[in-house]
Amino acid sequence: MAYFMTPSQTVGPYLHIGLDWLNTTELAPSGVAGERIVLQGRMWDADGQPIPDGLVEIWQANSYGRYAHSADTRALPLEAGFTGFGRTPTDAQGRFRFATIKPGQVPGANGQLQAPHIMVHVFGRGLIKQLVTRVYFPGDAAHALDPVLLQVPAARRDTLIAKPVAGQTGSLEWDIFIGSGGNETVFFAI
Amino acid sequence: MSEVLPYRRPVAGSQPESLCPAYASTVKRSPGQPLILLPQSLSEITGPVFGHDRVRESDADLTRQHAGEPLGERIIVTGRVLDEDGSPVRECLLEVWQANAAGRYLHQRDTHAAPLDPNFTGTGRTMTDADGNYRFLTIRPGAYPWRNHPNAWRPAHMHFSLFGQAFATRLVTQMYFPGDPLLPFDPIYNSVPDDTARLRMVSSFDLALTEPEFALGFRFDIVLRGRIATPMET
Repeated sequence: MAYFMTPSQTVGPYLHIGLDWLNTTELAPSGVAGERIVLQGRMWDADGQPIPDGLVEIWQANSYGRYAHSADTRALPLEAGFTGFGRTPTDAQGRFRFATIKPGQVPGANGQLQAPHIMVHVFGRGLIKQLVTRVYFPGDAAHALDPVLLQVPAARRDTLIAKPVAGQTGSLEWDIFIGSGGNETVFFAI
Repeated sequence: MSEVLPYRRPVAGSQPESLCPAYASTVKRSPGQPLILLPQSLSEITGPVFGHDRVRESDADLTRQHAGEPLGERIIVTGRVLDEDGSPVRECLLEVWQANAAGRYLHQRDTHAAPLDPNFTGTGRTMTDADGNYRFLTIRPGAYPWRNHPNAWRPAHMHFSLFGQAFATRLVTQMYFPGDPLLPFDPIYNSVPDDTARLRMVSSFDLALTEPEFALGFRFDIVLRGRIATPMET
């Protein structure tokens, strides 16, 4: 018998009552290896208005490039305190913020190593199904060989690369632009 | 090298499009440019794992979170979480949230002039067992007005959030009730083009699940993406 996936529906405006209990913005307790980073940004709609009822979830490997999941069977270290999952609703100004570590490299679909990246799900009122995107790190030579970035038109790749925040070591800024013409964030079908 | 066994793409019409103008908020909140189709890698076929320690048994009973019992019609909502091959999805975290019996959410942005219920928060969570089963005890939510269009009312629904076993299987949906007269008028429910697919969001009343003198039983099975048949080496 064939089964088909249940359709997606929006989280609606009252997402917080159901989802806040699992908010996770500090992913890496002390002792977890890796370069400490803060990833912050804002979520914008097609009119350039901030989205105050959005939700961002992230998923990433640890600094050794290992996902804390049974499908990742590579002989690389796992760390008990690091799950790789983060969740935060946007605030009244559309802001979100995670403190984590920079992930290591993991293989892509073609076996070639991907540049370090964080997987992102975007939810919100008005988003009938979640959007999928990724964040990469600034100034990484591995971008040139990343199989995902290479599928993105060169002019749009910058929308996936966080920018350093001047004067704040480890702070990265990355905004999510939905439907906003030329600078729209690249979203993926996976 | 890890083996990547990708997840299937949705069948055409079985999922809503991001832009659904009848649901007005999608107009400014949907991608303007086409999605870029990616082959799946370890990044997509792995995902967060949650243990049973994250939820308490009482989290699945929305009627016992306060000193007294909430008002409304007590209901049991139960079913299985399956993949597209019909295999159970084990250890799957489910999160639910809903309005109270009067159609009001315990949320500061809900300004509907219907009463809050001091005995009802409207949030729950649980994990599936080894056969993919889950069960919530709650009260039937009320319909409520929204401002999408003149005289707009949401049909009674419960929000469901599920992780499944991978980033690629993440699903947020809504469960509706059979025979709800508001369903034909609801742009969110009707955002799903295919008639059969839409009905997958409607629970079914089940007398066998109904507990005498206590609560009505509704069955709601949820299907997450399944894998394609042929493994690929990466």
